[in-house]
Amino acid sequence: MSTVNQSKVTAKGVNRRQFLATTAKASCAMGLLGMGLTAVAKQSSKLDPLAIRPPGALSENDFLSACVRCGLCVDACPYDTLKLARWFEGVPTGTPYFTARSIPCEMCEDIPCVKACPSGSLDHALTDIEDAKMGVAVLIDEKNCLNFKGLRCDVCYRVCPLIDDAITLEMQHNERSGHHAMFLPTVNSDSCTGCGKCEHACVLEQAAIKVLPTHIAVGKTAAHDTYINTEETTLEMLNKGLAL
Amino acid sequence: MSQTLKQKPTTHGFANAAIKELGWWRAHKFLFLRRISQVCVFALFALSPFIATWAGVWLLKGNLSASELFGVVPLSDPLATLQVLLTGHLPELSLVLGAAIIALFYAVLGGRVFCSWLCPVNMVTDLASWLRRKLNLPRTSEMPRNLRYYLLALVLFLPIVTGLTVWEWVNPVPVIYRAALFGAGSGLWILAAIFLLDLFISERAWCGHLCPTGALFGLIGKVSPIKVSAVNAKDCDNCMDCFVVCPERQVLKPALKGKQPMITSSDCTQCGRCIDVCAQRVFQFQNRKNQNRIAPKAENNQ
Repeated sequence: MSTVNQSKVTAKGVNRRQFLATTAKASCAMGLLGMGLTAVAKQSSKLDPLAIRPPGALSENDFLSACVRCGLCVDACPYDTLKLARWFEGVPTGTPYFTARSIPCEMCEDIPCVKACPSGSLDHALTDIEDAKMGVAVLIDEKNCLNFKGLRCDVCYRVCPLIDDAITLEMQHNERSGHHAMFLPTVNSDSCTGCGKCEHACVLEQAAIKVLPTHIAVGKTAAHDTYINTEETTLEMLNKGLAL
Repeated sequence: MSQTLKQKPTTHGFANAAIKELGWWRAHKFLFLRRISQVCVFALFALSPFIATWAGVWLLKGNLSASELFGVVPLSDPLATLQVLLTGHLPELSLVLGAAIIALFYAVLGGRVFCSWLCPVNMVTDLASWLRRKLNLPRTSEMPRNLRYYLLALVLFLPIVTGLTVWEWVNPVPVIYRAALFGAGSGLWILAAIFLLDLFISERAWCGHLCPTGALFGLIGKVSPIKVSAVNAKDCDNCMDCFVVCPERQVLKPALKGKQPMITSSDCTQCGRCIDVCAQRVFQFQNRKNQNRIAPKAENNQ
């Protein structure tokens, strides 16, 4: 019977056994290739902490699902801030990013990069650039910051587009001289957009203030932590008790 | 004209008969038209920023993954769009619309017209193939042609399981544009790899066996009415020049030796090189809808 089966050939001259063998081979090859490709993609999808996504970018994982790497945001950027990542660069290849220390985001009011994005990897719900969360500036090196040395550098504070909101100068007694004040640049992580103008402007050779991804820069209280509402809850309890 | 094997023409070597018969230019006509088309589309992208500062209108913005024509019409790569959709992300309407426009465009013109008339990788693989011919490199083991459909399936499957548009990390199609328009040149290693693969390891390996973009465009082009047809198949003198130059040579035999003269296989890239190199004027572009039209007779057979 087997000879009869083997002689049964389809129009293309392939019998069932050959078909199954080829399919199995090709599937195995694709499986291996798939794992290789996934490994490459996963390995290189770790974003360099100093690479900042354009305004309105979805969370990094969602961003990588959505971005088609077309460069329309790069073409739309009037300040040549945005770049498309290259291979071997610490940013997934072909995706848009900027480096604040070289060219920061100028926070255009009409947000042309977001409008240009066809894939929605830059969220079109972002209409007010001051709501952008590209990252959060952190005064990361207090030892070398001139203001922490008692000088009035103030450059990061002066260049901040949200001056006195995203960066404030907090006055403190200067222990070193004994009778001077120190004005410490302090970032308010709720309002900071991560545009990077402070990092760009820092007068030191290596910036003392840097924009970092929000998930690195900002802490988060645990969901069960009711500390913030202590006063309210106490009042509530008291009120309830009084009512009873 | 009998269909039996005729004596080979006195001129030896690839396409010499066609050059002698048609003249050098006509024997390279579609090659030049295609190169012009490829370079022009690239130039539109590359020169647009300068034209925009001068005329105020962007002709083409973006790259082959997604772009904007005249700042209004969205265009996007159907493969990239499918990948994005399969990750579960719902893109802006313009991306889907752009993919639909492109799909429609190639459904009319012929799917793999993209491969031979637009795709920059074609220049790289054609160069490898030309060098192979010039250096007389031996025909090597051939991969199955349908491997590209497996690869296409893989490319569309990976976004579902990983949530990433995995293929876009290595997709060679947008690489040249990205390198030239956005200075991202380090991705060119992918093209170097493809060049070496095509030149030394397996003939026409990338465009003819593997590329999932080509596979998808081939599927889109199945409905296209425009095909190459062996209208004068009876004049074929078996010189094999079309087989030498054709990037998908399996499509030729059914047209030349079968009953149906039209190349209906969606693998055909409609590059027109078979028309170029045929001294017997066997091939022509034809509309599938009026294929019964009597083709103008070639005026001179040898």
